[in-house]
Amino acid sequence: MAAVEHPVLETHGLTVRFGGHVAVNDVSCAFRPGTLTAIVGPNGAGKTTYFNLISGQLRASGGRVSLFGEDISGLSAPQRTRRGIGRAFQLTNLFPRLSVLENVRLAVQARAGIGRDLFSMWHSHVELLEKAEHCLHRVALAEKRDTVASMLPHGDQRKLEVAILLALEPEVFMFDEPTAGMSVDEVPVVLDLIHHVKALGDKTILLVEHKMDVVRSLADRIIVLHQGELVADGEPEAVIASPIVQEAYLGIAQEAAHG
Amino acid sequence: MLTTLLSGDLPRSRVLAVVLLAILAGLVLAPFVFPGTRSLNVAAKVAVFVLLVASYDLLLGYTGIVSFAHTMFFGIGGYGVGIAMAKLGAGWVSLALGIALALSLSAALALAIGLLSLRVRAIFFAMITLAVASFFQILASQLSGFTGGEDGITYKLPDLLLPGTKLVEMPLLGVELNGRLASYYLVVLAALACFLALLRVVNSPFGRVLLSIRENEFRSEALGYRTVTYRTAANCIGALGATLAGVLYAIWLRYTGPDTTLSFNIMIDILLMVVIGGMGTMYGAAVGATIFVVAQNYLQDLMALASAAAKGVPLLPGLLHPDRWLLWLGVLFIVCVYYFPTGIVGKLRAK
Repeated sequence: MAAVEHPVLETHGLTVRFGGHVAVNDVSCAFRPGTLTAIVGPNGAGKTTYFNLISGQLRASGGRVSLFGEDISGLSAPQRTRRGIGRAFQLTNLFPRLSVLENVRLAVQARAGIGRDLFSMWHSHVELLEKAEHCLHRVALAEKRDTVASMLPHGDQRKLEVAILLALEPEVFMFDEPTAGMSVDEVPVVLDLIHHVKALGDKTILLVEHKMDVVRSLADRIIVLHQGELVADGEPEAVIASPIVQEAYLGIAQEAAHG
Repeated sequence: MLTTLLSGDLPRSRVLAVVLLAILAGLVLAPFVFPGTRSLNVAAKVAVFVLLVASYDLLLGYTGIVSFAHTMFFGIGGYGVGIAMAKLGAGWVSLALGIALALSLSAALALAIGLLSLRVRAIFFAMITLAVASFFQILASQLSGFTGGEDGITYKLPDLLLPGTKLVEMPLLGVELNGRLASYYLVVLAALACFLALLRVVNSPFGRVLLSIRENEFRSEALGYRTVTYRTAANCIGALGATLAGVLYAIWLRYTGPDTTLSFNIMIDILLMVVIGGMGTMYGAAVGATIFVVAQNYLQDLMALASAAAKGVPLLPGLLHPDRWLLWLGVLFIVCVYYFPTGIVGKLRAK
């Protein structure tokens, strides 16, 4: 039990400055396996920047990120991915002229670590293809496997983004507004998937999400960022009800109340 | 068997398959079907340029790297053979030594250029390759004791590859089986083998990572691929391909000079061939190089004929005068880019 309680991912005093602007300010937080933490906050609160610092797209000006107790602040984004931090991006970030299947297969191949193989044929690695097809199946994109990624409708591109994350089989799943811009009937597919990842029980999940109903249904814990600072952390209902959130996050709290 | 040889990258178009077979048959049968020094020269140049352009396509078409140093690597291969033959004597050992030194120098240079500059933006990388290539061109013309300067170097080859050597007394189908023929087939078979090797590289898991870098480098990194490593490796493989092409060309010509290897005109020709054939297809390199080299050599003859035929018609004979061949090559290029933006192979496969 003690092993399970041990945090997988931690940030200690994580800070980043752009010139005089402090985008993320001294954020310390620990993320435990089997827990889904929703990160909420108004636009410009630093949520995506915080994600960039964790997954390595940005280097911190101060503080540390550690994974399984090991400091990974000095590692590059690809190194962090190989250590088990997987991320789905907010702005769809695909290989536009490659097929849907190839988009996922590249992620499976990265996970398998055979990218340096110069001599075999890529399609002779049947097990990678099967795995990629399985991931597509899970996001209900199996029939579109041969479509060029840029030709997919927006919602399908978001699903493909999630399929790529699944294919990486990370320990830490980072979803950055996975349902943004999706039509209402497409959202459940992605939510089911996140539920499924949660049900695995040992994965650490971070979710940036604006829709409060989604947050309520998925989150075990909510942290609130406001102007780059961590202003609240705790059980979902308690955090949503807290005055600081009501104040800092008024717009969305009202939206949720209406919805 | 065929699938393994072509690394599973089949032509995927009947017309393309026929064209490729025609090119292959043309190259293999050239000494018997198109006898004569000139046609054999053209055929050998086609074989060399197929390899040269394919190795450039690995960079430009597959990885999205714009480099202007490709003729430099081509030249290193040529000068490697030339200098070894001229200074060390026309033996197999010195030939092998020259090739080995040329390949090592190319690999080291490509690695250095890659590690120093592939991190920077594409435009800066292109500039750096341009600077290094210019530097090499000047170096080759200044070190005239070594390289022959602007005149280049002529040299002998091992006896087996010299025209004076008769392999068999009896001619076959009216063609003399001499050292010239041996060196022709050496060039064609080596170029074919290297082309197939490059085809395997682009269809390997490694090659798919290169494609992902071309498409979206940021995403490729986020999948866990260290893209600088891959780009540098691609740069080195491309450089080695160009060096081998230079080696083959030097063996065929028994001459190496700035105009046959290092010249920027050749760099521009390579770019045109890649674009005409179709970037990122490998077969495009074969089609583009063949069309371009044949046009370069025979367009003038064709125009002379056309010009003579149009005698009496106003304006036409002047327009079709053989001296205007570059104009028509330019027109051909513009038409190609306009109507086949994905190149000839891209167009054929799209159907």
